Amino acid sequence: MNNSILWYTTRGAGAVSLILFSAVVVLGVLSSLRFETTSWPRFLTTGLHRNLSLMALVFLALHIVTAVVDPFTHLGWLAAVVPFSSYYRTFWLGLGVIAVELLIAIAVTSLVRGVIGHAAWRAIHLLAYASWPIAVVHSFGTGTDTLSAWMLVIDVVCILAVAGAVVARLLARPPDPLAADRARFRERVSRNLPR
Amino acid sequence: MTNLSLFAGPPPNAGAERFADHTRRLGHRPAGNRTLIDTLDRSGLVGRGGASFPVGIKWRSVHSRSRGGAVVIANGAEGEPLSRKDQTLMTLRPHLVIDGALLAADAVSASRVLLYVGEAHAAAVAAMSRALAERSTVDTSRATLLTAPPSYVAGEETAAVHFVNTGVATPTATPPRPFERGVDGRPTLVQNVETLAHAALIARFGDEWFHSLGLNHATGTILLTVSGAVAKPGVIEVASGSTVDEVLVMAGGVRGKARAVLLGGYFGGWISAQQAGTMVLDPKGLRAAGGSLGCGVVSVLDEVADPLDVSARIMQHLANESAAQCGPCFFGLRSLAAATTRLARRQPEHGDLPQLHRWAAMVRGRGACRHPDGAVAFLQSALTLFEPEFAAAAGARGRRAS
Amino acid sequence: MEMWIDRTKCDGHRLCAELFPEMIRLDDWGYPIITPGAIPQALLPHAERAVAGCPVLALALRRQERKPGQ
Repeated sequence: MNNSILWYTTRGAGAVSLILFSAVVVLGVLSSLRFETTSWPRFLTTGLHRNLSLMALVFLALHIVTAVVDPFTHLGWLAAVVPFSSYYRTFWLGLGVIAVELLIAIAVTSLVRGVIGHAAWRAIHLLAYASWPIAVVHSFGTGTDTLSAWMLVIDVVCILAVAGAVVARLLARPPDPLAADRARFRERVSRNLPR
Repeated sequence: MTNLSLFAGPPPNAGAERFADHTRRLGHRPAGNRTLIDTLDRSGLVGRGGASFPVGIKWRSVHSRSRGGAVVIANGAEGEPLSRKDQTLMTLRPHLVIDGALLAADAVSASRVLLYVGEAHAAAVAAMSRALAERSTVDTSRATLLTAPPSYVAGEETAAVHFVNTGVATPTATPPRPFERGVDGRPTLVQNVETLAHAALIARFGDEWFHSLGLNHATGTILLTVSGAVAKPGVIEVASGSTVDEVLVMAGGVRGKARAVLLGGYFGGWISAQQAGTMVLDPKGLRAAGGSLGCGVVSVLDEVADPLDVSARIMQHLANESAAQCGPCFFGLRSLAAATTRLARRQPEHGDLPQLHRWAAMVRGRGACRHPDGAVAFLQSALTLFEPEFAAAAGARGRRAS
Repeated sequence: MEMWIDRTKCDGHRLCAELFPEMIRLDDWGYPIITPGAIPQALLPHAERAVAGCPVLALALRRQERKPGQ
């Protein structure tokens, strides 16, 4: 009985994490696109992005903890920390571990953004574009529910949403109106100085 | 004729003064220490790069923060198109500039001297390079020559510091100012080359001597670049306190009839020919009166030229020279230049003239450096002095209602 | 406390004007015009939110100082 609750929680929390993190990625793209309408201000995008990511981390923690303590999977804490060290579904679980470790880097750097500065923060934050697809593949491989209808619907919606957002970002004009001119000027006044 | 100081010695066609001649004529460079700063205070020397800031106060502010590792940058970038005084000074008297830089380094406890010369000024680069090579290893071990990219803002003090630190000559936001944290995070003195040359002579001959060179209450001499509708355009050294009219006479007189004078270059402003008659060129006095001699450009506009056309070209140049780091500067100057150009072509759009006033107020003070402020001040001087012409252009036939 | 902005970092994201309209408005090109001077105590939370909300960390709150004479 206990085992089942843990098992269902792991799977459920995993699915919720996927939905929430997909929304977070979409909101991140919308933020870089400077999306806004008369009823949707800029701070709503960034605020939701931040709050949903915190919520998602909670569900992710639940997903991981219930998976590790579940006697059925014999995972142990090491498997949650070292990629590809589990006996159970080694490869697919390992992907999940990688995805979560990338997320931890993103979360920590976001918390200390003021200290490390914008450039360093942004470099790490772009790892989200790696973390999310790795997490999705992890869910296909480890997921008990991969082929059930409800999970397939969730997968399709999330993948379409993120793919759509990324395509929009790639096709859009650079949202920073100064980017091209600033780069051109820097080029003009840059020299290789002997050190 | 004025009692020359900077250009005393060999005539211009003799080229750069060699170290041996410099030493024979002026003696070796004296010690630079705290007392030199007090002497500079008393001399009334102010910066000749544009801001006219009292030199003693500036050096003291670096000295007080230095723990022996401060840095001196001799600023000879001269990105102002109408100004040629710094390149001329460096070409003819490189050792005065180097002396001044080394004296400053001694006085503010700096361990490093950087001679920052505009790369477009080839003769000046060559002269400074050769002059540095003529010096002893004691001097050359702490002094380096580097060339500044040819852009208007390369001579801005934070841009100079940023260039030394990163190889990119873009201005940075302040605080911190260079005197607080500059090259490698050390207190940095960024001083115009003409100012340093004056300091090199004041260190030898004293503050009272410097006072004696000026007229009335003004002290010392100043270098000016005279251009436009004059018979003999070029760089001249005059006694501080001379009037603009006296300067124009020294430049061979006005060709035709003067309509206006641009004082200070693109970063300065227009004055009428009548004002020019009695305006006294004293950097300290002008600063106290809220004006500025800027970098010493005196450019005469005659009655034939179109003041709107000249002003529009200058605005366009200033807009093109924006570092494009700050939105209000880049977009503001572009809008201002475009509207001024439309008015100059007598093809205004509806509301162009009031927009000029509105955008000027909107842009001022909202860049990281003073580039937009200078451009706005220039434009406002044009709007004031050429008000009738602007009004006529705004009401010109062929205007499109937008 | 007063608001300080690094204009070289500001890219015109415009969140500051949304979060602190009492003292920040936008110019014709979408960049912030900040009312100079001290921020009233009651408005400080909004100022802090604007500083935290800037995507490029261009804003900061600084203690007001006398302008140094250099």
